[in-house]
Amino acid sequence: MSSAAALTWFARHEIRLAWREWLAMMTGGRRKHKRAVIGLILFAAFMHLPAYAVIGRFASLRMPLDKSSLIVMSASIFLAWALMLSQAIESVTRVFYARADLDLIMSSPASLTNVFSVRIAAIALTVTGMALVLSTPFIDVLVIGGGLRWLSAYGVVVAIGLSAAAVAIAVTVALFRLIGPSRTRLAAQILAAVIGAGFVIALQIAAILSYGTLSRFAVLTSDSAAAYAPDADSIVWWPARAALGDGQILLRLLAGGLILLGFVMAVFSDRFADTAVRVSASGARTRSGSGTAAFRPRSRQQALRWKEFKLLRRDPWLISQTLMQLLYLVPPALMLWRSFSDSSTAIVLVTPVIVMAAGQLAGGLAWLTISGEDAADLVTTAPLSPSRVIRAKVEVVLMAIGVTFAPLVLALLFASPFQAAVTAAGVAIATISAAAIQLWFRVQARRSQFRRRQTSSRLATFAEAFSSIGWAATAALALTFPLAAIVSGLMTAGIMAATWKISPRHG
Amino acid sequence: MTPAVPSSPALQVRGLTKRFDRPAVDALDLTVRPGEFYALLGPNGAGKTTTLRMVAGLLRPDAGSVSVLGIDALADPIAAKQIMAWVSDEPMIYDKLTPLEYLAFVAGLWGIDPGISGPSAHDLLVSLGLEPHLHERCEGFSKGMRQKVALAGALVHDPRLIILDEPLTGLDALSARHVKGLLGDRVRAGCTVIMTTHILEVAERMADRIGVIASGRLVAEGTLEELRQQNGRNDTSLEDVFIALVNVETAAA
Repeated sequence: MSSAAALTWFARHEIRLAWREWLAMMTGGRRKHKRAVIGLILFAAFMHLPAYAVIGRFASLRMPLDKSSLIVMSASIFLAWALMLSQAIESVTRVFYARADLDLIMSSPASLTNVFSVRIAAIALTVTGMALVLSTPFIDVLVIGGGLRWLSAYGVVVAIGLSAAAVAIAVTVALFRLIGPSRTRLAAQILAAVIGAGFVIALQIAAILSYGTLSRFAVLTSDSAAAYAPDADSIVWWPARAALGDGQILLRLLAGGLILLGFVMAVFSDRFADTAVRVSASGARTRSGSGTAAFRPRSRQQALRWKEFKLLRRDPWLISQTLMQLLYLVPPALMLWRSFSDSSTAIVLVTPVIVMAAGQLAGGLAWLTISGEDAADLVTTAPLSPSRVIRAKVEVVLMAIGVTFAPLVLALLFASPFQAAVTAAGVAIATISAAAIQLWFRVQARRSQFRRRQTSSRLATFAEAFSSIGWAATAALALTFPLAAIVSGLMTAGIMAATWKISPRHG
Repeated sequence: MTPAVPSSPALQVRGLTKRFDRPAVDALDLTVRPGEFYALLGPNGAGKTTTLRMVAGLLRPDAGSVSVLGIDALADPIAAKQIMAWVSDEPMIYDKLTPLEYLAFVAGLWGIDPGISGPSAHDLLVSLGLEPHLHERCEGFSKGMRQKVALAGALVHDPRLIILDEPLTGLDALSARHVKGLLGDRVRAGCTVIMTTHILEVAERMADRIGVIASGRLVAEGTLEELRQQNGRNDTSLEDVFIALVNVETAAA
């Protein structure tokens, strides 16, 4: 086989792998692909409705735009780019650490530079493809409402997808060089988690500090932002102008994206291969504790709890997820501080945010402790009843949530004891609901499969989201309109009952 | 001094049945005596692992009874589990714990006094050649090292019945010898060991009795000599006996 043919063959192999990974993620690993694909198409069609609600009113936008509109549009595109960058960093680390085929590839007579060039292109293709799928309902709404010129927005997605993949590869390889393979995994995971949320949260913090509101648009549409913004012909506005239908600028952006990716492939393909070799060769060993301290008198449940806490503390993925959840709490905490100082009623907003964050974090923790058991045989063969095992694991979730959210509830206590009590109750109920859903839908898995938890049961994922939102709304209404809180609480309890009814544990 | 041997069988299985798409274990009867090293052999898919998983309480049988040293394991699983240990062929340990922490967790689950389990865990890990790695997290360990940690975990609570499913898979020659030595010591101390293996030489050299299982049923059982006699040839190896027995069973099926 000639080297060009071999490269084409490998490219096809990579595309097939990427497609199957994507399909498995979308279908939760089920074999009935046809039904899953039909479901996805229906879901995508349905998504046009919320997309219309969010973006429909912007369909008539045309150049020339005022600076505020340009800022909002460019910030939205930058946010999309940040999210793609986050996903691309994760994809790159997965190629280094999780692909089981590195040994096979590196022991083959194929040129590693060529092989990794293809792999870099595959990462760019995957990231861009996913972004295109997610942005389709929004762009469709703009095309239907504002004309075919909006089709160029697809080109912008491709251009920023290519550049996000290129930057992700450069950042990850640079991290390898700077801090070594073992630390890079943790650093990249945290970076990927924080990048996506960081931009939105930074805008919210700026909005709170400057305007006393949680709305990030307050900063973007402010006079001071417009005053600092560059002129209308600046390169900064190219993505926005290309999305609005400026074909010439779109071509420049696409060319820029391709050149950047090509440059990264040329510079980093060799290093990519070298880095992959270093990762596979590094038997990263971490030393922990004295060991003798682990042998302390404790009951069987205490032993289980000790193990769960130890694993949670040492789980880098979870650290990054927790960090992200806590980052989302920074804006409401700031809001709390500001409201407390000037007695604003906006403080009520803090409660639903805290309750929702608690529900979401509890869902992840409950999956890790209840379903993510790496030594399932050991725990099952231990002289301990299954109910005591589950109780110990649920206690871990409750304790972790308690420790995380108690400071915020305590801070609220100074501002309003009633609100603190409602918030505490909301956090407890949202946590118990999330743990219950994980119990009803539990499927034994390894902790490393945490990323797949949302695709293994879509029903559980939706139930978890609806429960968090429902309890957050109930807590907010309890503070402002108690009668409506009863209705909202009953509706959320109804969702929980329906979830139990259709869960595998009940059936 | 010979350790006291309890009167009840270490394991008594009667009419044990489990069906998946087809019968995996088919009304199996099996008795293992206390203080015995029992090797359970059989081709892939014969039902060895399913049988042992039901004994260990990992799978619920469709029918039949399981008695461990006189304790009804289906009626009182916790009492049975207290005196049993299970080691699977795929070592399941926690990547983020060190070997010592893992053994501390296992000892805690079995409710062993830390004053006893601490030194015992240390000695076990040292005897398995893991002394340089006592304080390293298991995430960088090879499969053989992980298997040794899992085995030490099974022994740290001093079980009276140890069930091992292919415990020597992935071990190098020296580690395999360590493990065999450790198991031999336990048997000499009165513990019962039931082990599945595809390494017939291990069964031939270590087992007091050998059971051959095929299509979910016990097709032959006895000492190596008894199996040879059943096969009609006294000079054959266990491998020849095993292949002959399995071929007969396959032809009959």
